[in-house]
Amino acid sequence: MVSRKFNVLNHELVPKHEVLSPEEAVRVLKELGTMPEKLPWIKASDPAARAAGAKPGDIIRIIRKSPTAGETVAYRYVVVG
Amino acid sequence: MNKIIRNIKFGILSPQEIRKMSQTAIVTAETYDEDGLPVDGGLMDRRLGVIEPGQRCPVCGNTLAQCPGHFGHIELARPVIHVGFVKHIHDILRTTCRNCGRLLIPQDDIEKYSRLLQRLEKRWPLLAKALINHVKKKAVKNMKCPHCGAVQYKIRLEKPVTFYEEKREGVVKLTPIEVRARLERVPSSDVRLLGLDPEEARPEWMVLTVLPVPPIQVRPSILLESGIRAEDDLTHKLVDIVRINERLAESIEAGAPQLIVDDLWSLLQYHVATYIDNEIPGLPPAKHRSGRPLRTLAQRLKGKEGRFRGHLSGKRVDFSARTVISPDPNLSINEVGVPIEIAKILTVPLKVTPWNLEEARKYVLNGPEKWPGANYIIRPDGRRIDLRFVKDRKALAETIAPGFIIERHLMDGDIVLFNRQPSLHRMSIMAHIVRVLPGKTFRLNLLVCPPYNADFDGDEMNLHVPQTEEAQAEARTLMLVQYQILSPRYGGPIIGGLQDYISGAYLLTSKSTLLTKEDVVELLAVAGYRGDMPEPAILSPKKRWTGKQLVSLFLPKDFTYRRKANINAGPMRCDDEECFHDSYVVVKKGVLLEGVIDKKSIGDQQPENLVHYLAKDYGYDFVRDFFDRVFKMFLRYIEKHGFTMTLSDVEIPREAAAKIEEILREAEKRVRELIDQYNRGVLEPIPGRTPEETLELRIMEVLADARDQAGEVAAHYLDPMNHAFIMARAGARGSALNLTQMAAVLGQQSVRGERIRRGYRHRTLPHFKKGDIGAAARGFVYSSFRRGLSPIEMFFHAAGGREGLVDTAVRTSQSGYMQRRLINALQDLRVEYDGTVRLPNGAIVQFAYGEDSIDPMKSMHGKAVDVEHIVEKVVGWKR
Repeated sequence: MVSRKFNVLNHELVPKHEVLSPEEAVRVLKELGTMPEKLPWIKASDPAARAAGAKPGDIIRIIRKSPTAGETVAYRYVVVG
Repeated sequence: MNKIIRNIKFGILSPQEIRKMSQTAIVTAETYDEDGLPVDGGLMDRRLGVIEPGQRCPVCGNTLAQCPGHFGHIELARPVIHVGFVKHIHDILRTTCRNCGRLLIPQDDIEKYSRLLQRLEKRWPLLAKALINHVKKKAVKNMKCPHCGAVQYKIRLEKPVTFYEEKREGVVKLTPIEVRARLERVPSSDVRLLGLDPEEARPEWMVLTVLPVPPIQVRPSILLESGIRAEDDLTHKLVDIVRINERLAESIEAGAPQLIVDDLWSLLQYHVATYIDNEIPGLPPAKHRSGRPLRTLAQRLKGKEGRFRGHLSGKRVDFSARTVISPDPNLSINEVGVPIEIAKILTVPLKVTPWNLEEARKYVLNGPEKWPGANYIIRPDGRRIDLRFVKDRKALAETIAPGFIIERHLMDGDIVLFNRQPSLHRMSIMAHIVRVLPGKTFRLNLLVCPPYNADFDGDEMNLHVPQTEEAQAEARTLMLVQYQILSPRYGGPIIGGLQDYISGAYLLTSKSTLLTKEDVVELLAVAGYRGDMPEPAILSPKKRWTGKQLVSLFLPKDFTYRRKANINAGPMRCDDEECFHDSYVVVKKGVLLEGVIDKKSIGDQQPENLVHYLAKDYGYDFVRDFFDRVFKMFLRYIEKHGFTMTLSDVEIPREAAAKIEEILREAEKRVRELIDQYNRGVLEPIPGRTPEETLELRIMEVLADARDQAGEVAAHYLDPMNHAFIMARAGARGSALNLTQMAAVLGQQSVRGERIRRGYRHRTLPHFKKGDIGAAARGFVYSSFRRGLSPIEMFFHAAGGREGLVDTAVRTSQSGYMQRRLINALQDLRVEYDGTVRLPNGAIVQFAYGEDSIDPMKSMHGKAVDVEHIVEKVVGWKR
């Protein structure tokens, strides 16, 4: 019997999502010279964000394949929703 | 005094404000009396603004030029609903109590939401909007007031402006008076939660009791030649409003029956509504006496010709010209031929200095009639002198001294901007250098047709003359044609050879082309070559040169390039340097060793072609020179060679025609077999398709295959050096398919990608049996263009052709609108210094431009650096 708990992050089409530690988040923000809400947003209810265990206020790092760069890193600011 | 606008707030005018800014109440529908003087208290009241020059405004004391005009007002006998706000009014009526006016959610929630809203408004205005919608949604559901306990009813909005309350006893109409009363009851604290600022926009102000009358300057009357005054549409509409308002007031005063009052009231509502917007769905537009719909307030602002798109974002300019364009291959690619007539009107300001004093005097002496002259002189004190009206130019020329500015005629070497609409990309406006020429058209080099998408079937183009030194320098260093050779759209050269250039290059660089000394001299002279004659490629029995030698003379001595030619296909295919068909182009150390130059090497919009590598390695100015010299040589060669197309170019021998016939017979047999299989139900369906679809697909496949085979047969019998064939092969014009259609068989005609099936019942035309789904009955054309089409075939061909026509018409409008929306959405994005793509407010859209931070215009093969090319250039070989 297949497990009813399905983790979207394990699917090959879903890129890697990881919640940043506060220290890391500060570093990333400093690097980009910006505030959290200037990052693209992701709802806490987004299946990928939920699977990564993100709470509003967190910053998620997404590592995904890119046709131009091979692999790219993007960040999302988790918001209520 | 400089003031900076920090922010703008929109609100609704309150009745008090309207009365306060009004200079007079408008009480009569009359505008002028018998003497033609404006009536006091009429719509043309003198206090509303000055109309005649010399007159002084009775309100502000200014003359025509200074008086800004003043508002008046109309006291409406009964309130009416403002059409622009019906939606908002409906929302408020549904979300507030019909009895006490409170928001239909419990007091606790109101307080909670109010606090939340205050926090959100500062930082997340978007979320604040979402909260307001949430509050409204919640309040609408509540059918009993939590504050006073009154039962609520559903409020229905009957478009455009009528509200009904659906009580259990029956539906009751809400008059604007009732609506206004309810809106008045809503407390200001609750108004905030509905998304309005009660300071600037109390809900009851959405129901008009007083109507502002705009100043006369906003609605000027026009004096016709016959001496009759024609009033502005707004004035007409206001006259209607005043007249009905008057009658309504009288009827109420006289105690007329309710029915009559209501009729007049709704008429007043109609007039006020159309005064604001004359394109309301569900309301007949107010018409002028001639039947033309009136252009009222909303129409003045809306749309392409409206105030915003037509006047605020759309500008007209001076120092510009427009005329028909025509080709001139003798101009450089960055030049533009300007007619003398235009050059005498467009001017460039010339600042007089001790060094150009004599030159400036000469222009003034020549005056506005003789080119090169001058049209205006601006003296150091700022006075402009129009040279058209100066009698003694000689005396004036003597007074010219440093510090004067001469507006001299456009001359050779000036920089201008050249543009062709639609300006879809940045190459649609490029800087050119002026060449003043006789004639009445703008002349441009054929090589710049692709970036402008121009041809010479009557196209017109615009020309602008930059006036300041700064603008001229900017145009010269950034916008000149040669700096736009590489397109940021796909990182390849957008400028390149077309048609004859490609045929010429192909013929010149063919292996079979051997040139005599005279030919070589002539071709090199056209290209402006100044070096030594190359050594002949063949010494005996006679000295002969190859075209490849000539091209090589213009390539840099360390240039390396290799690429398949356009002819590298089908039987002429080669995959590496050892190419018998001369279809693999190799340049080593600046020598064109093998391969013919064709579309793939010098064509426009061909990334990674010869020109692209030249531009990358040797700069834009080198490429411009290359275009100006070598391409002229290609043209001269095709002229010497002679190049035309005739009917016999697509004629095939009887033997070939028989073969083609055989192929088509075979195909028809296959089609019949397929139909037979389908009828017997043994046709194997393609997965995911019905048997019918399968049959259609299979038939189309068989017929397309037959056409291709016929084309191959035809190509086999055609002379490989016939001109039509050369053009198709080199990529100059036409394709193998076009040749097939001309020489062998036209093939299947289609509408919407299917065989033609529409027409009569069960058949396309009455010439076929009902239910015939064979090749001929569904639009397969057996004839070639050479042989001519039968009437039936011609009909099918016309059906397919019409679809193509409609498609292009629809596509251009659709893609144009899509592009407009895309540009509006993307225009403010920019790439910051750290490589991120951001909005003006700093919000990040992309963490690295294109995710790899590579500018396609400066990339090669999608990469920042083309390592292979560099290695090859250094070591001289590949792999």
